[in-house]
Amino acid sequence: MAVQAKVIVPLSRLAHARSGDKGDASNVGLVAYSPAFYDVLVREVTVERVARHFSAICLGEVERFEVPNLLALNFLLHDALGGGGTASLLTDAQGKTHGQGMLEMEIEVPGDLL
Amino acid sequence: MKTVRIANGQGFWGDSVDAPLHLIAGGPIDYLGMDYLAEVTLSIMMRQKLKNPAAGYATDFIDFIRRALPQLVEKNIRVVTNAGGLNPKACRAKIFEVARELGISGFKVGVVEGDDLLGRLPDLLARGHALANMDSGAALAPLASQVTSANAYIGARPVAEALSGGALIVLCGRVTDTALALGPLVHEFGWAADDWNRLAAGTICGHILECGAQATGGNFTRWWEVPELWKVGYPIAEVEASGSFVVTKHPGTGGMVTVDTVSEQLVYEMGDPKSYITPDVTADFTSIRLAQEGVDRVRVSGITGRPKTPFLKISASYLDGYKAAGQVTVSGPRAIEKARLAAEIVWKRLERAGVTFAAEDRMTELLGVSGVLPGILAAPDDPPEVVLRLAVRGADRAKVDRFGKEIAPLVTAGPPGVTGFAGGRPKAQEVVAYWPALLAREEIETTLEVSVEAI
Repeated sequence: MAVQAKVIVPLSRLAHARSGDKGDASNVGLVAYSPAFYDVLVREVTVERVARHFSAICLGEVERFEVPNLLALNFLLHDALGGGGTASLLTDAQGKTHGQGMLEMEIEVPGDLL
Repeated sequence: MKTVRIANGQGFWGDSVDAPLHLIAGGPIDYLGMDYLAEVTLSIMMRQKLKNPAAGYATDFIDFIRRALPQLVEKNIRVVTNAGGLNPKACRAKIFEVARELGISGFKVGVVEGDDLLGRLPDLLARGHALANMDSGAALAPLASQVTSANAYIGARPVAEALSGGALIVLCGRVTDTALALGPLVHEFGWAADDWNRLAAGTICGHILECGAQATGGNFTRWWEVPELWKVGYPIAEVEASGSFVVTKHPGTGGMVTVDTVSEQLVYEMGDPKSYITPDVTADFTSIRLAQEGVDRVRVSGITGRPKTPFLKISASYLDGYKAAGQVTVSGPRAIEKARLAAEIVWKRLERAGVTFAAEDRMTELLGVSGVLPGILAAPDDPPEVVLRLAVRGADRAKVDRFGKEIAPLVTAGPPGVTGFAGGRPKAQEVVAYWPALLAREEIETTLEVSVEAI
């Protein structure tokens, strides 16, 4: 029996995203392009993986919520905005770029999935 | 079947000034929502009101009224907005003044008041309401003297009441963004105060609309697929009595409405998807069904909700010191090294002058080399140029201002190729910090006032 080869792709092949601020956290919503892709997101885009991906940005905890009806995962990245809102010294004090950053994450998927 | 068409022409104060005019002219709409309040806007308005008792509302809204009033009256398009800020009655007086100038009469303007809690704060704290920070858990009392504004988020009921009183324009202060849509729907369809599923549907409708073009192709991941974004049509919801609705835009406009553009807006600024809490209802985003019903038409249905909570959210702001930021552009060769040297020069010169900042109160960003997404996007080794951005914050205004004087000398007393220093020295700006809290809803709902006046 042939073993299915795995390939490494950026998340942008499987999903789209939007981000913004939610208090002192940034919120990144990730929406899969298909139910099969959603299953991959649920499996691969874990809290640990996201925390590692944003380790230079997110200094606090990462929370993940599942929204299967929208094929979406919602992430809260706590302490990722340099104090948040008006007190922040960061250019991106509202996390507007974090969605684009999320889509750069590289994940492993079965070769026949794409 | 009755359908109510609700549009949003202003996602925030600073959004396109022409978008609402295009919504009015581009096809039929019944209601137009206009959002002007960010989290700390009310603090700025408080300052304005202290200087001038007739100020304290969104002046851009008056510019809009001056341009739009004849068509609003003629087409009976009703406007619901939070532009009233801290002084909705003064805003109404100004609208009537503009109407007289234009020779227009025979319409009513409603005002919703009771969200402003600043004057009641000492009493609320004395009676044991902690108003603890929802993020940090800290108590408000130690900061009470620094508080510059405190407002409760008001729901859809008073908006509906003003509309039932015949208002063409409803001026609110800190009403929720979602109530700008839900208020008209409660008025039109008579949805009961415990009709949780329909209230949740109207709330989610408001959430999709509230950021304007973000539902119709703006800020969309696959931006290269969005046609004619320059003339993007702002969103319109066609809502049925059941609570099911279609998101669309006027024909002939740019942008697009697809399941993907609507999905992205649904997950924007979302917390726990099962519990989207508003003054009116707890909406469940995991119940939403989306379907492409036609070109630029997305059907939203199946929404469920649960009872509202006993609390209203309070949005307070307080003065939290000062900050300043300045930037220069540094050309190559060796742009990164030169920018790093320039930053080091600024911090060392300040230190020699006795002006120091704690590590968390000073920022060095190199923009153009993964400055906003550090550790994620690979930076080029030797980019042709970078932007060096420096920023500080602190309680001492003089120190923050002193920082601002140390940027320009880089042009002549720094490495070569430093340019783009324009706009004068960065000046210390007050940091108005945001304080979210909860308060028992009876404290507010019993003192809300709705008044409708005609001209």
